[in-house]
Amino acid sequence: MTNPATVATIQAASRDATLSVTREQGLDLWRQMILIRRFEERAEQAYTEGKIGGFMHLYIGEEAIAVGALAGLNPDDDVVTHYRDHGYALARALAPNALMAELYGKATGICKGKGGSMHFADPQKHFWGGYAIVGGHIPLAVGLAFAAQYQNQSRVAVAIFGDGATNIGMFHESLNMAKVWNVPLIILVENNQYGMGTAVHRASAVPDMITKALAYNIPAVQVDGNDVLAMRDVMMHAAQNARCGEGPQFIEAHTYRWRGHSMGDPQRYRSKDEVEKMKTRDPIARFENRLRESARATQDDFARIRAEVERVVAESIEFAETSPFPEPSELYTDVFAPEVVNG
Amino acid sequence: MAEQSYRDAIKAALREEMQRDERVFILGEEVGVWGGTYAVTRGLYDEFGAKRVRDTPIAEAVIVGAAMGAAMGGLRPVAELMTINFSLVAIDQIVNNASKMFYMFGGQFSCPVVIRTPAGWGQLAATHSQSFEAWYASLPGLIVAMPATPRDAKGLLKRALRSNNPVMFIEHARLYNVTGEVPDGDYTIPFGVSEIKRAGRDVTIVSYSRMLHVALAAANQLAQENIEATVIDLRTLRPLDLAPVIESVKQTHRAVIVEEDWVSCGMGAEIAARIGKDAFDYLDAPVERLGAIEVPMPYSKPLEALALPEEKHIIARVKEMVR
Repeated sequence: MTNPATVATIQAASRDATLSVTREQGLDLWRQMILIRRFEERAEQAYTEGKIGGFMHLYIGEEAIAVGALAGLNPDDDVVTHYRDHGYALARALAPNALMAELYGKATGICKGKGGSMHFADPQKHFWGGYAIVGGHIPLAVGLAFAAQYQNQSRVAVAIFGDGATNIGMFHESLNMAKVWNVPLIILVENNQYGMGTAVHRASAVPDMITKALAYNIPAVQVDGNDVLAMRDVMMHAAQNARCGEGPQFIEAHTYRWRGHSMGDPQRYRSKDEVEKMKTRDPIARFENRLRESARATQDDFARIRAEVERVVAESIEFAETSPFPEPSELYTDVFAPEVVNG
Repeated sequence: MAEQSYRDAIKAALREEMQRDERVFILGEEVGVWGGTYAVTRGLYDEFGAKRVRDTPIAEAVIVGAAMGAAMGGLRPVAELMTINFSLVAIDQIVNNASKMFYMFGGQFSCPVVIRTPAGWGQLAATHSQSFEAWYASLPGLIVAMPATPRDAKGLLKRALRSNNPVMFIEHARLYNVTGEVPDGDYTIPFGVSEIKRAGRDVTIVSYSRMLHVALAAANQLAQENIEATVIDLRTLRPLDLAPVIESVKQTHRAVIVEEDWVSCGMGAEIAARIGKDAFDYLDAPVERLGAIEVPMPYSKPLEALALPEEKHIIARVKEMVR
């Protein structure tokens, strides 16, 4: 049985990791976070203008988790995520143009306009997609981790989802089998305190998600998900363990979602005061201050990066708006993969 | 050609493909040490070891989901579900992941997983005696094979293991001991090619899986009364090849579809609609459907027998049609 001391140790390690970052690394992490935020603010605007449809779940306020977590992984580690996937796609360096065009449902979208906001994917970048059935993608990550183990590859797989998904059966089936098979899987839970509009204490029998991991004898750690460096460090630590054959690892990252669950959420389940209070823990502003206080960056650096990000995001909007919609014939393509009979 | 059981033909397909391709592995409940609930995988654990023949917890959703993930990661998994009834516990994985993956992500990747599972019955009562093939066949993006003979089972399973698409491979518990001729050497059978198993001028009987054998037996009985039936085996339900059915109906002017599933919303409903559209002017009688009585399956043996279509029902129905 993993004892709670293990958890405490890892937490302590992550707290000690204050600003273990170079100027270039720090500014790059900050750039990624501000890119996610500005990309989503522009997408939100386009949505309200009727240019983007369907369900769109914004990641604003949670950027440090995606950026920190993926910074702690290798580029060929397999990522499988939930439908709040914009942040992870951008942090895995999927092209903003193709992502914005996907939101617009255009032919130039990353999935040719067939997936939309909830289904960004790029297998070339080992980004295996956003999935929209809560918990339904966790088994896929178990399988990807198994494939790496089976082929003696050093890749790990990461399954990303929210606190709400820890209450569904597939979560429990997946953790159990991942541990029995000892696969290199990292389970990353974004605890943003609400599953849609239901607060964690109203939906989960235990307040801490790590308790559920410990039930399956999986080492687990809680981390401040609004601290990008702490996120990076716990992910590096977890990935190292998983790569060394120590089996699945579990990370619970605490954060807060600034926007509604999806566009058009009236947010009757929480107060404006609560939201405003949580915004004071803005992961981007906090990291900016830390970089500045440690004299790793100046006002000019942030202004320069901000301008560059504005250009990138403006270009993505321009690209999406001027791209064509898919040809009607596209309706019928990609139902089945081309059948190739080898032997 | 050698005589082989349906069970041994499936096992031979698995064994040959595992020898041919290192990426092929099997996962499921009791597939390893036990040798498979219906003994299909018996011996493979000893031959290929625990790495490639993997026992799992009783957890169908992760069995199927992890198989798909492994396929995305470059492997060729065969997920065995103990019976098709248990596939319901994994149905989200099959419906929302397997059949959607290629389309939803714009054709960037698929998950070529083979899900093997038997339908069937045998005093197993309401929750262990069902046929859900029509549910699965309704899904664009999922190949559904439901072979009736050892030859077709082996050829279709080998094809499934070389396919780029997810395949629901539905076996039948009451067919495992049925024997038939199986070609020597390596062969595959393509998806979406129905086969005329018997030719006759008077009526077209369309069937698949175990009911094919019942239909053939009925056809032989009918022949003694000078009624000649064509019997067509669909073999795969998606893609569904009805061209030989339409051609045949144009000759016989009568069609009856025989399935083990409940008739309402079953495969017969789909096939009857298409015959009605594509061969309407050739029909001398309404298209008929035969299937299970629409009740949950009872345990008691005589009641169970009453719930299933038999040879005599086919014979009686055909006689009414040709009269």
